Amino acid sequence: MIAWLSHFGQSLLSTCLGILPILVIILGFQFLVIRKPLVHPKKILIGFLFVLFGIAFFLEGLDMALLPLGKLMAAQLTTPEFLGVSDGQIADWPAYCWVYVFAASTGFATALAEPSLLAVALKVEQISGGAINAWGLRFAVAIGVALGITLGVFRIVTGTELYFFIIAGYGIVVIQTLFAPKAILALAYDSGGVTVSTVTVPLVTALGLGLADSVPGRSPLLDGFGMISFAVLFPIITVLCYAQIASWLNKRRPPSKS
Amino acid sequence: MLKNRFIKQLFNSFLDLLPILAVVVIFQVLIIRQPIPDVLQLTLGMLFVVIGLTLFVLGLEQSLFPLGESMAHAFARKGSVFWLLSFAFCLGFGAAIAEPALIAMSTEAAKIASQGDNLADTDTARAGYAMGLRLIVALAIGFAIVLGVFRIICGWPLYYLIIGSYAAIALITPFAPADIIGIAYDVGGIATSTITVPLVTALGVGLAASIKGRNPIADGFGLVAFAALVPTIFVMLYGIVR
Repeated sequence: MIAWLSHFGQSLLSTCLGILPILVIILGFQFLVIRKPLVHPKKILIGFLFVLFGIAFFLEGLDMALLPLGKLMAAQLTTPEFLGVSDGQIADWPAYCWVYVFAASTGFATALAEPSLLAVALKVEQISGGAINAWGLRFAVAIGVALGITLGVFRIVTGTELYFFIIAGYGIVVIQTLFAPKAILALAYDSGGVTVSTVTVPLVTALGLGLADSVPGRSPLLDGFGMISFAVLFPIITVLCYAQIASWLNKRRPPSKS
Repeated sequence: MLKNRFIKQLFNSFLDLLPILAVVVIFQVLIIRQPIPDVLQLTLGMLFVVIGLTLFVLGLEQSLFPLGESMAHAFARKGSVFWLLSFAFCLGFGAAIAEPALIAMSTEAAKIASQGDNLADTDTARAGYAMGLRLIVALAIGFAIVLGVFRIICGWPLYYLIIGSYAAIALITPFAPADIIGIAYDVGGIATSTITVPLVTALGVGLAASIKGRNPIADGFGLVAFAALVPTIFVMLYGIVR
């Protein structure tokens, strides 16, 4: 219990240290530049403490349960025994099918659990007056992350160059930008960077590093990176798709409904 | 009332985490076919994650969102672009420099660099490289938020900036050292954290709402997207210059 408390204290402390510069900047600008007292200081303080403890609990829980298990599973799925190849021999890329399934389902599930995506989805629903559904947005993003991480795994297995995929992805986004409804563009661009944080980064990095370590010919230091950039890029594509489909459906719907 | 909201949110958080739990259990039991190690700890950990997510969401609506928006309104009323932009820069810089995930990643990146020929294999050289990387990323994010806020003020379409950055990344990549490309591509996603995202989003939306002729949805978003792209450009340049 005491060991646990000190561990929890540590994650609370590191959360505080991360927030400290932001807090100093906000308070500094509020009092020195805006020069007005905060509205509802007590409510904001309590809310801030909630956020602080929320993140600390969240990280602590991840550390206790999900991260060790996720890393263990990534390691188990990529051992030569599980893949059914003898050590050192290069397996064909289809031999890694369970790794792809794992990558896709982890990507999907972590995106749904990501607190910052939840925050943005709530905000979007609030300011769009419910026209953009929070669940729809999160679902589209989750599919994008799943797709991105699966491709990232495929890239590590086959050893294709990273920038080839990324630049192709950029091309797709540029083409979609020309056709997508303009109002959704900013939100769609944001959806990638927003999604990849507390849960996704450690789990996905562990998967990438584990895979690069066990696939012959890959170096974990060089090939282990790049997964995050897939997880940032592909939600943009799926959210733009979602917007496109939604606007087509709206056009086809008979006008009597509105 | 508050108690009701708390319980409702607790239930929602549980629903949010259900898929991740399902993935872990199904894979462990059906595909890897190993017993789940330490069920007690897994249950306790999940409980913590649910409580943490609930507190985070409740606190968000009480503090970070209203704070970001009220500051955006105050700056808009004050009418000083200089102070608004310096606030934007400090916010981006301050959030990135202390981000734990970025600290971990820059240490890792220094290890890679010292294995190649680019960097001496000593602790001081590595620490210097890691610190340099963190500073570059923090500068890049500060710069990105400034440019993004400037965009909201001027009303430029976001896709000019985004497509411009894509083009810059595509052009610089062939010249960047191979061992920094993966890191550069990943770094933008890593440096935007759980605290920064709601705050920056609220700032953008609040700003777009308080400037005449801007639409909060179409103009207010986009700050995070830019913050995820600019660091890639800066880090690749850092790799070339070193």
